[in-house]
Amino acid sequence: MKLRMHRSTLGFLAGAVLVYAFVQILISTGALNDFWNTIIRLGGALAIVSLGLNLIYGFNGQFSLGQWGFYAIGAYAAADVTYRWQQLHSASGLVVLLMVVLLVGASFAAINRALSRIRGIDTLSAFALYLVGTVAAGFVAVAIGQVLIEPVTSILSALPPDLALQIVFVIAILLAGAIAAEVSYLFGLPVLALGSDYFGIATLGFTIIVKVLLDNSDTLLGFVEMKGARGMVGIPKVTTWFWVAFFLLIAIIVTRNLLHSSQGRAIVSVREDEIAAKAMGIDVARQKTLAFVLGSLFAGVAGALYAHINGFLHPNTFNFIRSFDPMIIVVFGGLGSVTGTIFGAFAFMLVLEGILRLILPEGFETWRYVIYPLFLLVMMLLRPSGLFGTYELPFLKQILPRLRGESNTTESPAAAVAGAEAEGASR
Amino acid sequence: MTHTTPHPSQSSAPIQLEITGLTKQFGGLRAVSNFNLTLREKELVGLIGPNGAGKTTIFNMITGIYVPTTGSLKFRGLDITGLPPHEITQLGIARTFQNVRLFPNLTVLDNVRIAYHAHAGYGLMDAILRTPHFERKERELTERTQDFLAVFNLQDRQGEIAKNLPYGEQRRLEIARALAAEPKLLLLDEPAAGMNPKESVVLMDLIHFIRERFNLTILLIEHQMRVVMGICEWITVLDFGEIIARGTPNEIQSDPRVVEAYLGRGAAALAQKLSEKRSHVA
Repeated sequence: MKLRMHRSTLGFLAGAVLVYAFVQILISTGALNDFWNTIIRLGGALAIVSLGLNLIYGFNGQFSLGQWGFYAIGAYAAADVTYRWQQLHSASGLVVLLMVVLLVGASFAAINRALSRIRGIDTLSAFALYLVGTVAAGFVAVAIGQVLIEPVTSILSALPPDLALQIVFVIAILLAGAIAAEVSYLFGLPVLALGSDYFGIATLGFTIIVKVLLDNSDTLLGFVEMKGARGMVGIPKVTTWFWVAFFLLIAIIVTRNLLHSSQGRAIVSVREDEIAAKAMGIDVARQKTLAFVLGSLFAGVAGALYAHINGFLHPNTFNFIRSFDPMIIVVFGGLGSVTGTIFGAFAFMLVLEGILRLILPEGFETWRYVIYPLFLLVMMLLRPSGLFGTYELPFLKQILPRLRGESNTTESPAAAVAGAEAEGASR
Repeated sequence: MTHTTPHPSQSSAPIQLEITGLTKQFGGLRAVSNFNLTLREKELVGLIGPNGAGKTTIFNMITGIYVPTTGSLKFRGLDITGLPPHEITQLGIARTFQNVRLFPNLTVLDNVRIAYHAHAGYGLMDAILRTPHFERKERELTERTQDFLAVFNLQDRQGEIAKNLPYGEQRRLEIARALAAEPKLLLLDEPAAGMNPKESVVLMDLIHFIRERFNLTILLIEHQMRVVMGICEWITVLDFGEIIARGTPNEIQSDPRVVEAYLGRGAAALAQKLSEKRSHVA
């Protein structure tokens, strides 16, 4: 098959590889020390959550503060998988989480299919059904998982330890994204029907609930290794710049391909005018769910990457106050601009945690929380549409199709309307 | 008395839309009360009445935005009462709005392409993976849209942001967008609102043109009597949620109940007297 690519696509991929290679060389040669290396990787993780939020808020118009909660779910889910593998030499986390993701997904699909045949079921009954399905699938998954732990552990142990860890890590990232997506589907069901402001408050509530659950993860949830409010330690530090760049690139391409399709236009139409979208045959509830679930999947993946940067997780990281970080990034970069979001995420991390920390005198580091809001204030006054507005890199921009040829103007119906127009004007 | 009035249509074309006993109650307010209407294929029917008579409420019930309190809606033999709006649109009923409701920040091209979404013919995975199937279907969809814009003489505007168009073109784009959803029945809510007499004439020609070209049945709400009387074959008059008259434009113009609804009882009596005097003189 001949692979045809647009010039802007090639340019973008070449640029992405160059940026990746440039940073990688700086890291390998030691030009970027551990401090900056960490900040760049954190920026990448933040860019992925923010891309997800941009999809939900920037393109679908739903004000969500829940992405930080899904980030937390992704972080802890992936951390638990790799922790059990690295410290306990058991694939129990991997196997059970995989089973849960598969079976809960299957039960959602089955319930969705069954419900689509019934006309006029109310949201809460549907939600109750999904909840029952989730719990049932969860129990079955754990039961099946118990059987599979032994064989999977022995298979993975046969591999070289480094390779096995990498495999477990990558699967853990994907599972973290999937579980965050499934939770968001369940949570979004009753909540997405609310109007935008109420939805914002409900999602804020979600982030708070997740944080409180994580505070009590060792007692209430029964995950002793998460150590509740003391913080989880001993997670393998395997998130390299390569993995961050790799998942960020995939997130960008998925977002771009989605937005420049009929599906993406349907998502944007909901932001533009919900009633008009309905009247044009768009299933508004479906578009909202799709954007929310996809955005949360990104958050889960980003959380998983984050967890393996420092090897340490604490519930305070996932405090609801921090849930405004991605929101600030998305608005700062320009609502509805993918380019702006990515730039914003890296700028946020580099400036706030890097440059300001270094230039402020000893003991005055916390002043950066005064300087950066001031900067935001000025920025919003001078450029309310965000740094990039709706600007996009050529690859991310929609290409306007060429006008169709004027070959058949003679009997084109356009002439009829134009004629009618002229006639009307002369009357 | 009004309910015994037979529907004036004598045609035997197949029935498109059949509304029986449609009622909508908002708390204590009965916005529409026992509304009946039968639309046959290719008919162009007007729905008029003073402000607040319940005309737009009827449109909202037909398109599924409101669920009727009682009554039933049948579209081409299928019961559509209580279906969600997008399903009703996909069955073949499209509408325009009283205040133009475009997707303001999107291009003219995308406004129309969104209406084709139900017929796009590819899934989410095709789009994300950019399969050859996606490329082909997307190109077809775009070309169809461009041909369609050409019909409405908007082809040079495809890259324009919708909110930047002049008002007349926004109206035209809204009608184009509604037709892109491939309807069999088109509901036009005050299409001539805010237009000067010249623009209204162009609009009337456009309505005639699309009816012939797309084989449409059209139900029209309008305040400009010139437009209603000029193009509608049958007219139904509403007041306070109830039908007070139906008939051909000529019958409606001389119906004292209609004059009364629009101008009040005194004016109606005066009109009656005037017309008597005129016939006396003659």
